[in-house]
Amino acid sequence: MNGATGTPTAGGQSARPRPRRDWGEAIITRLIQLSGYSAVVFVGLIFFFLVREGLPALVDVPLRNLFGTRWYPIEGYFGVVPLLTGSLVVTVGAMAIAVPFGIGTAMFISEIAPRWAREVLKPLVELLGGLPSVVLGFLGILVLSPYLRQLLDLPTGLTALAGSLLLGGIAVPTIVSIAEDALDAVPRSYRDAALAVGATPWQTMWGVTLPAARSGVLTAVLLGMGRAVGETMAVMMVTGNAPVLAVRLASIVSPVRTMTATIAAEMGEVASGSPHYHVLFFIGMLLFVISLLVNVIASAVVFRQRSRAERVLS
Amino acid sequence: MRTARSLLVISVLLVGCGSAPASAAPGHPVEFIENRGSDTLVNLALAWAELYQQEQPEVRISVSGGGSGVGLAALINGTVDIANASRQIKPEEAEQAQAHGIRPTEFVVARDAIAVIVHPANPIGRLTLQQLSDIYSGQIKNWSEVGGEDRPIVRLSRETNSGTHVYFLETVVRLGQKDNHTLFSTDTLLLPSSEGIVSEVRQNPNAIGYDGLGYVPPDLKVIAVSRGVGEAYVLPSAATVNDRSYPIARDLYMYTAGEPTGVVTAYLEWILGQEAQQVVGKLGFVPILTGAQP
Amino acid sequence: MSVSGSPAAAPASDSRRQFRATSVRRRRVQRIGFAWLSLMAVATVVPITLVVLYIVQQGGPAISWEFLSGLPSDGMRQGGILPAIVGTFYLTLGTALFSVPLGVAAAVYLAEYAQENVLTRAIRVAIINLAGIPSVVYGLFGMGLFVLFLRFGTSILSASLTLSIMTLPVIISAAEEALRAVPQAFRTVSVSLGGSRWQTIARVVLPQAVPGILTGVILGLERAAGETAPILFTGAAFFLPRLPNSPLDPTMALPYHLFVISTQVPGMPLQIQYGTALVLIVFVLGMNLTATVIRSRARARRQW
Repeated sequence: MNGATGTPTAGGQSARPRPRRDWGEAIITRLIQLSGYSAVVFVGLIFFFLVREGLPALVDVPLRNLFGTRWYPIEGYFGVVPLLTGSLVVTVGAMAIAVPFGIGTAMFISEIAPRWAREVLKPLVELLGGLPSVVLGFLGILVLSPYLRQLLDLPTGLTALAGSLLLGGIAVPTIVSIAEDALDAVPRSYRDAALAVGATPWQTMWGVTLPAARSGVLTAVLLGMGRAVGETMAVMMVTGNAPVLAVRLASIVSPVRTMTATIAAEMGEVASGSPHYHVLFFIGMLLFVISLLVNVIASAVVFRQRSRAERVLS
Repeated sequence: MRTARSLLVISVLLVGCGSAPASAAPGHPVEFIENRGSDTLVNLALAWAELYQQEQPEVRISVSGGGSGVGLAALINGTVDIANASRQIKPEEAEQAQAHGIRPTEFVVARDAIAVIVHPANPIGRLTLQQLSDIYSGQIKNWSEVGGEDRPIVRLSRETNSGTHVYFLETVVRLGQKDNHTLFSTDTLLLPSSEGIVSEVRQNPNAIGYDGLGYVPPDLKVIAVSRGVGEAYVLPSAATVNDRSYPIARDLYMYTAGEPTGVVTAYLEWILGQEAQQVVGKLGFVPILTGAQP
Repeated sequence: MSVSGSPAAAPASDSRRQFRATSVRRRRVQRIGFAWLSLMAVATVVPITLVVLYIVQQGGPAISWEFLSGLPSDGMRQGGILPAIVGTFYLTLGTALFSVPLGVAAAVYLAEYAQENVLTRAIRVAIINLAGIPSVVYGLFGMGLFVLFLRFGTSILSASLTLSIMTLPVIISAAEEALRAVPQAFRTVSVSLGGSRWQTIARVVLPQAVPGILTGVILGLERAAGETAPILFTGAAFFLPRLPNSPLDPTMALPYHLFVISTQVPGMPLQIQYGTALVLIVFVLGMNLTATVIRSRARARRQW
C-alpha cells in the first residue's frame, strides 16, 4: 500500500506522482467523512432545538400546572399528564394488537408457509406497510368509528380503541418485516437439530427458532412501538382529541388526546415565543426522549444478546 | 443506469409541464396575496379568492386554514398579508404584535351565526343558553335531563385554536360574563374541523355540536336557542342575526399588519362591496350590507 | 427417543404405545397451532388489502384525465387535483436532492472508511434515533429551524429539507447494507490492479450496490411522499391559485390535501375524497412496487 491513497506500486513500474488525483481524492474523502458525521449532527441539532424552545416552558409555566391534569392552553392550563396517558393508552392498545398478529404472521411466513406463499406474502405485507397514515385516518372517520360505536354501544366511536386499531394496523407490517428477517436468519442447523431430537415443527418454532431470533424480534417489536408512539395523523382524526385523563381500564373506549395530535393541532396557532409555543416544544422534547429511551433499550438488549451469542458460539 | 437516466428525463419533462401553465400569462406582473387563518372563514375566503382572481388575473391569492389563532400568529410572525379570524384579536396577541412591531388593523367582513346541531332523530328542538352552558361544562350529562331520551350526551367542539371555539366559550359556556371561568368539560371531543363535527353528529344520536351556520348541511337538525326561560326560542338565520334576536351571533374579521397597501387594499375594498357580500349570503353566512342579502 | 420420559425398564410395547399417543397429541397441537397462525396471517393481510380494494372501488369512478390534470374549482369540490399531485412530486424530488447524496455518502463512510470506535458507534446510535423520531417532531424542528430561524418561510425548500432529514436514516441503512453486501473480493481485486480507495468505491463497489441503494432510496422517498405531519407547518398550503414557481413557494400536497378535504371542506363529494386517496395510494404503492421489482431483479442478476 502506498501512502494515504493506498495505491500499491505495480511491480517494476516507478510510482508516478499523481498529485492532482491525490488532492481530489482527499477532498472527496473529507466530504464523505463529514457526511458520515451528519447523522450525529442532525440528532444533536434536533435535540438542541427542542431543548432551546422547550426548556423555557419549565420557566414560563409553574411546575404544578405543567404536570397537572388539565390541558386547556387558551386559558393557561398546560397540564401534560392527560396527553401522556392518552399516548400511553393508544400505544399499549396498539401493541396488544400488533405484537400477537405481527409475530404470529412473521412466524407463519418464515416457518410454515410454502415457498410460493412466502414470495407473495412478504412483499404484500411490505406493500401494505407503505400505506400513508392519513389514508387510514380518513377511512377511520368514515367507516371504523361509526362501526365501533354501533358494535360496542358506545357514546361515540372516536376513541382510543379506534386509534389503537389503526395504529396496530400501521405497526404490524413493520413488526412482520423485521421479525421475519430475524427468524429467517436463524441458521437451518438449529431447526434441524431440534427436529433430529424428536421435536415437532411446532415445538421447534416456539422452543428453538423464536428464542434464537429473540433479539431481532424484540427489535421488531420496539420499532413497531416507535412507529405507534410517533403516529400523528391517524390518531388526530379518530381519537376525539379530548384531553381526558385516561387511567382506568374503561379509558380504552373513551376519547383521548395524544401528544402527537396535540402538537399537530395546536402548533400552527401559537405565536412564536409564547408560553404555549414553549410547552408544545416541551411535549416534542418528551416525545424525543421517549423514542430515545426505546431505542437505547433496544440497542442494549440487542448488544447484550449478540455478545452472549458470540461467547456461546466461540 | 439506463432506467435511472430515463426517469430523470421524465421528471425534468414533468417539471417543465408543471411550470408551463403558470408562466402562460405573459406581461402582467403577478401580485401575490397570502391569506390564512380561521377555518370558519376559509371556504368563504376561498370563494372570494376564486371570484376575485377571475376578475383580476394579475393578482394571485393563496388561502389556508388552521384556525383564527394560526392566522393571527402568522400575521405576527410576518408570514401572511391577511389573517382571517372568527373572533377578535386577543389582548395577549395584540401585545405580541406590538412586541414584533406590528399594528393589527381590523376589518369586519361578514357576520355569522353559530348553529347548535344535533342528530335529526333527536327529539330535542330547543334549549336555553343556560342549558347549553351546563351541557358543555359537563353539569348536564344525559339527554333525559333536558327532556330527551335516555342517552349520554356526547359533546363536540372545535379545537382550541379555533375562533369559533373561543367565541362559544365566552358567549355560551361563560354566558358572556367576563369573570366567569367555567371551562368545557374535559371529555368534550375537540375535533380538528367543522366537517369532523358534522360527520359525527350526522351518524351519532348522542351528539351535540356547534359550528358556523355556513357549515351546517340541511340534513342536520338545528336547535332554537333562547336567551333565557320565558324568552323566545330563535333559529339562526341571516334575519335573526341582523335583528340580533339570535343570541349566538358574531362578526367575522380580517386583519392586516398596519394599514393595507396596494393590491391588499383593493382586495379588501372589493370584499366589503356588493358582489363579494352576495357570495357571503350564498355560503350561508350573513352579509354586512343589508342590500346584499339573496 | 421418547421425550415423555418413560423409563427404559418398562415393557417395549407399553413405551411404544405411549410414544404413539404423545406424538398423536403433539401432531394435533401442531395442526391446531398451524391453523391458528395461518388465520392470524390472513387476518393481518386481508383487512388492509380490503381497505385498498375498497378505496379503489370507491375512488375509481372519480379518476379521469380532468381529475388528474385539472385545477380545483368551486372551493375544491370540483375540478382536479393537479396542484396536489405536482406538489407531492416536487416535494419528493426536493427530498431526494438533499437526502440521497448525503445519505449515500454517509453510508459509504460507514461501510468503507469508518473504524470500529466510539465515534462510529455514536453515528450508528444517532441513525437509529433519527429513525425513531416521531414525524410531528420533525415538523416542529423543521418549523423552528427552516421556516422561522433561517427564514425560508413556509416553502417547498423548508418542507423538503425537513423530509430529507427524516428520510436520511432509511437511505443510510439501506445503502450501507447494500455496500456491505458487495463481497470483499471485488475490492481486493480492484486495489491489486492499482485502484485507489476512492476509485475502488466509485467504480467497482458503488455500481454493484446501486440496486440495493436504489431500493432504499425509493422506500425512503415513499415514506416522505406519504407523510403529512412534517409538511403541516413547513410547506403545505390549503389552496394555491397556481402551481408553485420557485422552491420558496408553499405548495399543495396529496397527503395534506386528503386531510383537508376529508375534514375541512363542507359538502365535499365523497367520490373526490376517495379519488384523492386512491391517487395517493397509487403513487406511494407504485414506488413500493418499483422498489420490490428492482430488488428481486437485482438479486437475480447479482454477480456473486
